[in-house]
Amino acid sequence: MHMADALISPAVGGAMWAASAGLLGYCGRKVRLALDDRLVPMMGVLGAFIFAAQMINFSIPATGSSGHLGGGLILAILLGPEAAFLVIASVLTVQALFFADGGLLALGCNIWNLGFYPAFIAYPFIYRPLAGGGSNRKRAWIAAMVAAVVGLQLGAASVVLETTWSGISALPFATFLLLMQPIHLAIGVVEGLATTAVIAFVARARPEALEMSGGALAKSVSPRPVLTGLLLVTVLVGGVLSWFASTQPDGLEWSIAKVTGQGEVEAGAGLHEELAKIQEKTAFLPDYGFKTAAPEKATDSTGRVGRTVAGLVGGLLVLALAGLVGYGLSKRRRAV
Amino acid sequence: MSHHIVEARDLSFVYPGGHEALSGVSFRITHGEAVALIGPNGAGKSTLLLHLNGSLLPARGEVRIGDLPVTRQTAPRIRRTVGMVFQDPDDQLFMPTVLEDVAFGPLNYGLAPAEAEDRAVAALERVGMARLRQQPPYTLSAGEKRAVAIATVLAMSPDVLVMDEPSSNLDPRGRRRLIELLKSFEHTRIIATHDLELVVEVCPRVLVMDGGVIVAQGPAHELLNNEDLMLRHGLERPHSLRHHHPH
Amino acid sequence: MGVSHSAAVHRMEIFGGLDSPMHRLDARTKALVTVAFIATVMSFPRYELSALTPFFLYPFALVALSGVPPGFILKKLLIAAPFALCIGLFNPLLDRQPVFLAGGFAVAGGWLSFGSILLRFALTVSAALTLLACTGMSRLCAGLERLGLPKVLAVQLLFLYRYIFVIADEALRMRRGLELRSSGGRSPSPRVYGSLVGHLLLRAMDRAQRIYSAMLARGFNGDMPTLQPARLHGPDIAFAGGWLAFFVLARCWNLADHLGRLLTGVRP
Repeated sequence: MHMADALISPAVGGAMWAASAGLLGYCGRKVRLALDDRLVPMMGVLGAFIFAAQMINFSIPATGSSGHLGGGLILAILLGPEAAFLVIASVLTVQALFFADGGLLALGCNIWNLGFYPAFIAYPFIYRPLAGGGSNRKRAWIAAMVAAVVGLQLGAASVVLETTWSGISALPFATFLLLMQPIHLAIGVVEGLATTAVIAFVARARPEALEMSGGALAKSVSPRPVLTGLLLVTVLVGGVLSWFASTQPDGLEWSIAKVTGQGEVEAGAGLHEELAKIQEKTAFLPDYGFKTAAPEKATDSTGRVGRTVAGLVGGLLVLALAGLVGYGLSKRRRAV
Repeated sequence: MSHHIVEARDLSFVYPGGHEALSGVSFRITHGEAVALIGPNGAGKSTLLLHLNGSLLPARGEVRIGDLPVTRQTAPRIRRTVGMVFQDPDDQLFMPTVLEDVAFGPLNYGLAPAEAEDRAVAALERVGMARLRQQPPYTLSAGEKRAVAIATVLAMSPDVLVMDEPSSNLDPRGRRRLIELLKSFEHTRIIATHDLELVVEVCPRVLVMDGGVIVAQGPAHELLNNEDLMLRHGLERPHSLRHHHPH
Repeated sequence: MGVSHSAAVHRMEIFGGLDSPMHRLDARTKALVTVAFIATVMSFPRYELSALTPFFLYPFALVALSGVPPGFILKKLLIAAPFALCIGLFNPLLDRQPVFLAGGFAVAGGWLSFGSILLRFALTVSAALTLLACTGMSRLCAGLERLGLPKVLAVQLLFLYRYIFVIADEALRMRRGLELRSSGGRSPSPRVYGSLVGHLLLRAMDRAQRIYSAMLARGFNGDMPTLQPARLHGPDIAFAGGWLAFFVLARCWNLADHLGRLLTGVRP
């Protein structure tokens, strides 16, 4: 459920980035304060462990299929919420950079969906109270199962919301939700199984390992920062989206505003108008376009669609040109 | 140069699980000596080495480096004097590039970046690895990793070098280079190893450990030729000593 | 992450260590331009197709100038495609509204937006992959840190990245040992899995402990020191300025459309 850049709008991507960045900053401060610099190599190596553990599958009883560890919950159990959130963020970043597994602007969404819910909801509010001290194996097993399922359900619902808000995919909210939740119920069960299997082994083989690694940070989370975080996201996403919808600025101004700050927005809009004027003057065929077959949908975007034959020819040509430029550049480079 | 003397007195250590790894170890190593620490697996060699730079602190007895006893307070100072080369270079080379890794120590001790870089390059040249300075550590061969790990320690200009199994995992050529390198150092060297041929070439003196105590110490040729002693402690007489008569 | 993944990470690092005009640029410049690029591409309305095509110039030029084999980026693009493809495929199914007639054709809006998703995907993913392949992980992390990434996270990324190979090797050895002793290559039961991965975990934690000792032995005091601070040079400014101007241009004007009209012979 790593979201790609292709499916989200800059508004949603930006808002989720802000939310995740805020939470990362908070966790970074928390971890730094609690340090115990032992956590520095421990967090790094455990992140690498998550990658490595995903190379090993296990067979899911009575199904004939197999699954592997996702990692969010086990990291929270081992490291506590704050450090676990940082580790999950680093794992997702490496996946995005090296495997294009999840986009770069979508990374904010992904960190939130796969990090926040297991580390700050499922672990402190479900796993900890249910598992108790962890000495009762049956309780710990149920706790991990419920926590994993809830964490993934929340994450999946989050994916659906973000995708729907972005409006790139045509999937309606309810359909997408009905598609995602059952799939993630299964994934959650697998995650719960894998987490319990590993934790149960460690609890038997070396119980102090479970105590030690997370001992540096308080293992419980007070609800306040979590609620504040959720509230912040709601305000951010709601605010940005409504602002986006009400002013209807072109996406570019919006992204310029995001990069350079509010002050540039006016200038950006002005620039756009200027450019539009120039465009009108120099356009080869200002009113050129095919008739739109759906006048009731004659929005800006469908209007553009009307000009598509020329666009198609031009698009293919530009692609070829871009390829040619690339080819030429690489030739020149090799010749140098 | 009495301050480079390494001395242990009645050193004992118990792991949290209750296992007593060292029970009453005493020895004295003087400046510039090369001493081998040999013995079977589990004899307590690695545990002893970890006491020499304060990675572990004794349950009883003490370790002194020169005039300074090793304690929690003195450990940071001790670590500038006693350079430790760990058994697995992957544990020691944690920075993104070889150069940054070698510069890690000098930078931590407050050197300016330019100065730290000069030191790092000099240390890499000393072990013949300067050409690899921009490489990430995991692309290196086992021998190269080992040499770079030694450079990370040399860059801090220690007086004492402590090494845990320096020749493990090396191919014959890498091992040969390592031996020549070790012979060229003038530092006090304390080397824990199973590689008795290396001992014959590098270390004039040997400490034999078993079961957390030192069971014998003395000149290498004498102890390594003692077939009885060797067999009793899970070791064997080096081939090179069988075929040549000791001088 | 499978064996092939591990190998891919390895190749990526090799490309990251190449020397080219693109590699010599400061990591900050490339990171910011990449983000601007992705944001611009994402900002197009959902039915946009042709206006996206000029943006291919950016990944094409970077790949060409950096000496990173295009096949490498293309392959990773294809491997990563399924998710966007799956979600995107719903668009033609759900959005059947015909949007234009050309010579008697009615095309469902869903196909246009699906095509748009594919183009967006190819653009954003290739830009992200090229960023890393032209920069290398350590330089990228250092650059991001100077752009404000919290130090804890920068250090975390570097440590994670450093030990991926080491721990993955251990996992591979374990898996091989397991395969040799299990019949028919079946995956282990949860119980066996627990002890296998549990061992891996304990070994990883032991390693972290040893790394920590090694760090202390070299004076670690909670801070990760860095060597030379990099400077922004003329080429960085030219690179950023040039591309940002191009993005603005291509965002405001549908360059492909203009070219197409010019060539289809229709005059104003």
